[in-house]
Amino acid sequence: MKIGLAFAAIVGLFLTVAMLVTAGWDRPPVVAEQVGYRGLAMEQVDNPRMEAALVALHQAPEAIYPWAPSDLPPAGEFYENLQVLGHLPEDQFLRLMTSITEWIVPDGDCGYCHNLENLASDEVYTKVIARQMLEMTWAINEDWGDHVGDTGVTCYTCHRGQPIPSEIWFTEEGPPQAAGFAASRQGQNIAAAAVGMTSLPYDPFTPLLGGTESIRVEPRTALPETPGVSIQETERTYALMIHMSQSLGVNCTFCHNTRAMASWEHSTPQRITAWHGIQMVRSLNEDHLLPLTSLFPDERLGPLGDVAKVNCGTCHQGINQPLLGQSMLPEFPSLAQRPEETAAMEEPADEPAADEPAADEPVEEEPDPAAE
Amino acid sequence: MAMLSFERKYRVRGGTLIGGDLFDFWVGPFYCGFFGVTTIFFAVLGTLLILYGAALGPTWNIWLISIAPPDISYGLALAPLKEGGLWQLITICAIGAFVSWALREVEISRKLGIGYHVPVAFGVAIFAYVTLVVIRPVLLGAWGHGFPYGIFSHLDWVSNVGYQYLHFHYNPAHMLGVTFFFTTTLALAMHGGLILSASNPGKGKTVRTPEYEDTFFRDFIGYSVGTLGIHRMGLFLALSAGFWSAVCIVISGPMWTRSWPEWWNWWLELPIWS
Repeated sequence: MKIGLAFAAIVGLFLTVAMLVTAGWDRPPVVAEQVGYRGLAMEQVDNPRMEAALVALHQAPEAIYPWAPSDLPPAGEFYENLQVLGHLPEDQFLRLMTSITEWIVPDGDCGYCHNLENLASDEVYTKVIARQMLEMTWAINEDWGDHVGDTGVTCYTCHRGQPIPSEIWFTEEGPPQAAGFAASRQGQNIAAAAVGMTSLPYDPFTPLLGGTESIRVEPRTALPETPGVSIQETERTYALMIHMSQSLGVNCTFCHNTRAMASWEHSTPQRITAWHGIQMVRSLNEDHLLPLTSLFPDERLGPLGDVAKVNCGTCHQGINQPLLGQSMLPEFPSLAQRPEETAAMEEPADEPAADEPAADEPVEEEPDPAAE
Repeated sequence: MAMLSFERKYRVRGGTLIGGDLFDFWVGPFYCGFFGVTTIFFAVLGTLLILYGAALGPTWNIWLISIAPPDISYGLALAPLKEGGLWQLITICAIGAFVSWALREVEISRKLGIGYHVPVAFGVAIFAYVTLVVIRPVLLGAWGHGFPYGIFSHLDWVSNVGYQYLHFHYNPAHMLGVTFFFTTTLALAMHGGLILSASNPGKGKTVRTPEYEDTFFRDFIGYSVGTLGIHRMGLFLALSAGFWSAVCIVISGPMWTRSWPEWWNWWLELPIWS
């Protein structure tokens, strides 16, 4: 008995010291930003020391040399097999190619995508993927202004100097699982990084971002009129929301007044931007990434053979506005629009990013009722 | 007011903390004392200020009346009366009334020559309140972090503060607080049940002695904490519940700004299994 108590005390002491020393506690002063009415506790609370480190980490890279109008003839007249960039003046085409190399394989060279003996060849699969990625970039910048605003995206927004963006997802097969009478994990109960180290369902992405299953779980009537959604589906939504919070470096009150999560009237304008973001991610996965599955070699696919897909973290990487809201499009206007609409591209780029509507600002429009 | 025959001898003068014999009298069954007067002063003033705030507000619906703290932008300064200043005054009144009440308990204890367990226990509840509306706001740098005085609005505040840390059930001190609250009710129910069972053995039978109560628990779980010990345990459980509640909110923000689930990484990264 006595030995047992002493042992328990020593273990408890060890754990307490470990907890106090290694948990990474913050300390005052912290900074808080009030979102809603006073006393409502809708606020973002941050450690300014950690924020400063993030600012340094999320700077947009300098362009290798400044964008300039060009009167050179289109690159398509000089090079073969330019399916999507042939319209660019030759110097701008080469500038974009060099920039893409800097953004994707800074340690590599043209050979990452090209057969160096024959640059026009499509035999290296990464070149075909890169072409599709340009299409995707145009789709985001042109079709999803409701989410990306005029800030837009470039290859760097996701890639950040890596051939594969650091935050992507595959369908999760989960840990090994005994069969038969063994209890099932029900796809949850591990501390999963994808869902913020919670025990919530560890793959909310496959049904909710890869598919189009309903994210809304709150009923709209005071009393049940139809069979409700299951607790697993509810926790799946919670898991997705935690992923969104972690990806944006914000807490739930950034978008929701939690007294009525589902109510648009109680929510902040950011929730509308986020709603368009969810639709965008679903569209990118369905229309731009799934079709690439057969192009990738096996080692680039997930454990279940599915293609790498995007979620909120792919662009945001822990920041409410990717790259802190800095737009790279003024320096790379050819990424802002699809070719057929870029005839007037020699015009100087728009004003720099400073006065672009930020995701922080209210969005006027009403959310699509199909959201529910 | 009728008084039990033996009661008069405990109603002794003296032992006051302040004011000497002034206010050292009883009103019916109630001891007055200097702190009885200050309790009434602060309680009445605070209630009137709440009524004033309600009159300024948009509703007389009892559920919806809310006296909100100032905007965070006021920091730790005084705010205009209608923009949170009322909340600041009401907070002062509340603390004044609660502390007066505790000191009145101290004076009564001194008169009776008993320990200060009751005022100390009440002090833990006051500490929890002061943590919410003074200590944590000061650590965060603004009175606006206090909770609003309203039936629904303070619940909204609780909900939003919880979701500021994504999943508050992962807050370790919240876990302790919740556990102590539930254990308190369990202990109180078992103690109450045990005493009533020994006092009600059945019609015509003699009330059982404490030995029966001890024996019940020895038979049941191998140990009885005893007649005095159960009250020590009850006080410990109840005060721990309040104490860890205060801890769980004061560390949320000042000591931890991220999600509470992430806090547990220290456990996942213990060198034993990582």
